[in-house]
Order: sequence, then C-alpha cells, then structure tokens
Amino acid sequence: MGIFGFFSKDKKEKLDKGLEKTKENVFGKLSRAVAGKSTIDELALDDIEEALITSDIGVETTLKIIEKLEERVAKDKYINTSELNSFLKTEISLLMKDSYDEIPKVDGPYVIMVVGVNGVGKTTTIGKLAHQFKQQGKKVVLGAADTFRAAAVDQLVIWADRVEVEIVKQDMGSDPASVCFDTLQSAKASGADVVIIDTAGRLHNKINLMNELTKIKNVMKKVIPEAPHDVMLVLDASTGQNAIEQAAQFTKATKVNSLALTKLDGTAKGGVVIGISDQFQIPVRYIGVGEGMEDLQVFNKNEFVDSLFN
Amino acid sequence: MFENLSEKLEKAFKVLKGQGSISEINVAQTMKEIRKALLAADVDFKTAKSFTAKVKEKAMGQKVLTAVNPGQLLTKIMQDELAELMGSEQSEINLKGSPTVILIAGLQGSGKTTFAGKLALLLKSKKNKRPLLVACDVYRPAAIDQIGVLAEQVGVEVFQDRENKNPVEIAKNAIKHAKANGHNVVIIDTAGRLAVDEKMMTEIAAIKSAVNPHEILFVVDSMTGQDAVNTAKAFNDKLNFDGVVLTKLDGDTRGGAALTIRSVVDKPIKFIGTSEKMDGLDIFHPDRMASRILGMGDVISLVERAQQQFDEEEARKVQKKIAKNQFGFDDFLKQINQIKKMGNMKDLVGMIPGMGKTMKDVDIDDDAFKGIEAIIHSMTKEERQNPKVLNGSRKKRIATGSGTSVVEVNQLIKQFSQMGKMMKMMQGGGAKQMMQMMKGRGGMPGM
Repeated sequence: MGIFGFFSKDKKEKLDKGLEKTKENVFGKLSRAVAGKSTIDELALDDIEEALITSDIGVETTLKIIEKLEERVAKDKYINTSELNSFLKTEISLLMKDSYDEIPKVDGPYVIMVVGVNGVGKTTTIGKLAHQFKQQGKKVVLGAADTFRAAAVDQLVIWADRVEVEIVKQDMGSDPASVCFDTLQSAKASGADVVIIDTAGRLHNKINLMNELTKIKNVMKKVIPEAPHDVMLVLDASTGQNAIEQAAQFTKATKVNSLALTKLDGTAKGGVVIGISDQFQIPVRYIGVGEGMEDLQVFNKNEFVDSLFN
Repeated sequence: MFENLSEKLEKAFKVLKGQGSISEINVAQTMKEIRKALLAADVDFKTAKSFTAKVKEKAMGQKVLTAVNPGQLLTKIMQDELAELMGSEQSEINLKGSPTVILIAGLQGSGKTTFAGKLALLLKSKKNKRPLLVACDVYRPAAIDQIGVLAEQVGVEVFQDRENKNPVEIAKNAIKHAKANGHNVVIIDTAGRLAVDEKMMTEIAAIKSAVNPHEILFVVDSMTGQDAVNTAKAFNDKLNFDGVVLTKLDGDTRGGAALTIRSVVDKPIKFIGTSEKMDGLDIFHPDRMASRILGMGDVISLVERAQQQFDEEEARKVQKKIAKNQFGFDDFLKQINQIKKMGNMKDLVGMIPGMGKTMKDVDIDDDAFKGIEAIIHSMTKEERQNPKVLNGSRKKRIATGSGTSVVEVNQLIKQFSQMGKMMKMMQGGGAKQMMQMMKGRGGMPGM
C-alpha cells in the first residue's frame, strides 16, 4: 500500500486492472526499447516515441519528454531499463499538477459545476461523486441543468434516487441558468454542504453553447457570489488530442479548475491528460473506472504514473 | 472538420514550395511534418507511418515524369492515398430482409442512441420505410426513456419493455412485434460497452446470433484517439460488423479515427453525425473527405444538401411570383426557412472551398437570420406583399417592433430590392440559382 494510504486494497486493484493494458503496452515496449542496449539509439528512441504516442500523450508532450531523455543520455552516455523507467516516471510526474483530496471549507454550500463535450460521462460521474460525498456524511444537492438532451433529467433523477440525495429540476427545455438559480437557492436554504450541477454536453467549438455556460456561471453568482467554487471538466479517456482543445475552450468559457478522467477501465490510456495538466495547470481530481456508483477514485498522480511504469 | 490537419499539411507543403523537384532531402522534412500532422490528428501511429512511407515512395518515383511544382504533386498523391485509405467507394446501408434488422454497437457515450434516432428519421423520410426503434440498453439509467423521447421526436414507433432485463429477449420480441405490425426496418439500440468487458461483449454477440442482423453498425466518436484501433478491432472480431458510424464530426476534431478505422478493420464508414439535431446525419463520402483534408472544400456535399432540402413545389411557386413581380417578404421568409432546413450555417459555410480556415473562429449560428425574420414579422401583411408602401413612419414602427434600428430595416429593404432585380434577371434560370445567391448574402446582416 505505501503511498496509497487512503486507497482501499480493492480500489487499488481496480485501478491497476483498468490500467493493466496501458502498463503492458508502455512498459513492455519501453523494456524492449532498451533491453540489452548500453545506449539509447535511434531505433530505441523511435520505440519510446511510439509507446508514448500510442498512449495518447501527444506529439508535443512526447517530444518534450524525448528531448529531456536525449539530453540525459548525451550527458551520462548510459542508461539502463530501471533508470529509464524512473527517469520517465519523474519527467511525467513533473508535468502533472498535484491534486487535492478534500473539498475546501466554504461559507454555505460548495458548488461544483460539471462541464464537458457530449458523451464523456458527466451525469454518471456526478452520480458517483454524489455517492462519495454522501458517504463522507455530507448533504448533497444535485442540479439537473441538462435540460436539452433527451431524458437527461430522468437519468440524473435515477442517480439521485439511487444514492439518496436531493435533486432540483425543471421541465426539459427550460433555461439551464434558471435551474441553477433554483438549485443554489434551495441548497442554501436547506443548509447543504455540496451542490453538483449537471450541464448539457456541448462541443467546445459551438460558441453560443459555450457562452451559455458563462451565463449559467454568472447566474450562480447571484445566489452565492463565489459559486461555482469548482468547474470540473470531464474528459473521456478514449479521446485523443482533441481533448487539449476541449480543455482550452472550456477553460476560456468557464475557467475550469479540475478534471475528471472517465472510462479508464477500458483499453484507452488517457495519456492526453498529462499534456493538459501541464499546459493548463489543472489537476486531475477523479478517475472513473466502471459504471457502478463506487467506481470513482480520487486521482493520485504518483499512482497514475506508477501504474503506467511499474 | 479536418481544418486543423489541412492547416498543418499546408505548412508542410510550404517547405517544398519554390523547389524545382522532389529530392530525398526536401521530401524527408515534409514527410516528417506530414507524419507529425497525422499523429496530432489522432491517426494511428502505424497507419501514419506506413502512409507517409507510401506517399514518399510515390513522390520519389514520379519526380522525373512530372515537372509540376512539388507541392501540387504531393497534394495530388496525398489526396489519392487518403481517399484510398478511407475506402475508395462510398458505401450504402444494406436494406435487404423483411424486416431489415440493424444492430447498433459501440462504446459508452459514442452516440449510439442519437444515431439510432437519426437513422430512423433518415429511413423514414428518404427511403419511405416504417422503422421500429428498439430499446435494448437495460443498464444505463434512463436510456430507455432517451430513445423513447427521440422516437417521438422523429415520429416512429419504439419497442420498450421496462420489465425485461434481458436484451436478447427484448430484441427477439421486438422483431416479432415488427413483423406483426408491418415495420420493415428494426433498429436495435444497445448499451455502451467496453471492448475488454467480456460479459458485455458476449451479450452483444448473443444479440447478434439471436436476431441475425442484416446490418451491424459500429458507432465511434470521431474524437477518439489512438484507442480507436483497439476498440474497432475488438468489436470487429466479436461482431464482424458491416460498417462504421463516425459521430460528433461537427466538433473541431482532426478526425484521425476516420483515416485509421477503415484501413485497420477493412470496413467502410457509412454515416457521419454532424449535429445534435435529428437531421444531422450524412452519408460518408471518402473522396470528398480526402479533398476536405487537403483544404479543397466539399462543394459537392453542399450542393447536394441544398438540393435535398429544396422543395421543388415551393420553388415553382416562387418562380411564378418572380415572373409576375409578386415576390414579397413572405416569400423571402419561406426562402430563409429553406436555407435553415439545410442545416447548421457554419457547416454549410465550412464546405465552401477556402472558407474552412477563415470561418474557424467565427460562429455563425442558426440564429443568423433572426434579425431578418424579426423585421419581416413586424411588418403588416400589406407591407410584406407590397414593400413599396414602406415609408419612414412604417419603418420606424417596424424597427421598434423587431428590436432593431431603422438603419437595419433599410438595409434589409435595400437587399431585398436588389435581390428582386437579380432574380428578375436570371428568371429563366430557376430558383436554385437564387438559392446560391442568397447563400452569399442572406446571413450578412445577422452576423
């Protein structure tokens, strides 16, 4: 267990299982790249490049890592497998921001607004998140501000029933900002600890829809001036380099300050978050590793990188 | 759609410009750039590698034969190769069988249910079919409601069984129901599943063998990264699907998945999803897509879409009115609605060659006509039929009523009269040309 003190063994196993495929690929290839070689030659560098690229780490970030590696090899002339591993691990860790595991104490409810493109798993993540907060003894209120997608409100209602938390909703097609206003007022009046707002999925290049997010955010401030305390961007681990543009545009519209990486239990590697974390200085807070309400884990960057290379 | 890749390739070609012929040295740098561009576009690592190798080989071989500038030559080679990689033929959906059974599969959140709704609408409106949508996602909360809502939106029947938790049985019952009720197409929407989830993969295989689909479509998010290859392979191994549906292409993804999937699983891309609206479904044209990647636009798609949405009957009426000099603001409104029916304005503009890059940061939304519509709606019947009566006080009233200014009202009237003159001029040419013209000016005041 060691450094993963707050993880139950079961949870750790689940993450390992989810990342197993990633681990095999990257580590397997890296081992082959350096096995029996006293220096890193062109071919080995190519293999490392392939390993990083196929993990969706991206061309820019990969080049950045490889440049550092080349510098190191030029200086020391020799690097073995374990040195290579620890070198890569350190370099990648340095690119990622530290996360925080507790939500800060605020006056009144702590408001989390969840945003992202279509189909990344916003609503499911909210359900799991609500469950986690509830387990911590917090009073949670959900706001069903996805009034656009067919049956999105119903979906969140089912989650609210399942994890037994309150939900504020209006009819489909109603103004999402008005739902948020109601949710925050209700949460404030009932003394809730956490509010989680679900928003409709939107592609980040649709300027009007992005402006709508800014508006929703501004309306929240009328009830709680500091709200939303956390704008969480949900990213699908199988998304490629477009995730960087997603992060850029959502940050522009709503000042994203945390990430959730979903569907890490598949074969997708989610390497793109490394570059995002680096470029935008946003920490990954949660990872989704299944469809059950327990399948959400607090992200730990050491663990993430460790799981890739150990 | 592929603007980003086009931009990068343009840059790569610039290196070659001004050089007399393709040599090992100048092509190497360009190939590196192209490979980088492909990788940044999420094209699979191996595909990108073999693709650049192929292009290079062809380029080197042709240098003696052709003296055209190397950039053009490479563009041509790239275009041919891209088209070949994406499948050289356009592939249509198989509608054999009675009823035709279509099975939809894919990862969570790829857009299966939305696609199912769109496909039902397409088959209903364009192929005169009577589709039955089937809700086989018994896992995700409210998935059954979602497809129910979509079915209602597109006006087709949906088969739901909330008591039954066995998707294989639901699918079988749905086909019985379809046969008994005269549905000639059955579209089975299934739960999202990960390729590594053996239990769920076995389930979808069981659905397949129970209903024996005529068409199995694998739905994949166009934003998918390097994992597209793994997932497509795994689903193909299990289902041997017939075609691929590429969704969310109205985003700005570079769409490398489109380039890879076809070559990796050797299955055609049959549809692309281009909006959240139910009519946002297009047939995939590999050759056009290749041109698009190279920044040459997609004129044919644009023209075809215009034709599809253009109501011939309405067009004849308009033509008559123009001939009699009776074209009024009400007819203008109808025209605007025709254009709006063609889809998202930004999509349309993006298809015009050379506009892709320019329009990247400009948002033209469906509300582009809102100002014009508001002004026309604020006119009286008489004013709409006979714009000549519009005097100062009427204009002022219209401006107030539509929340615009007299200047804007004047602008519209001026445009309208110019349009009238032009239409008169090309009277014999029919209304389609008019559409072309309106495409150029219609959006301007609102933008």
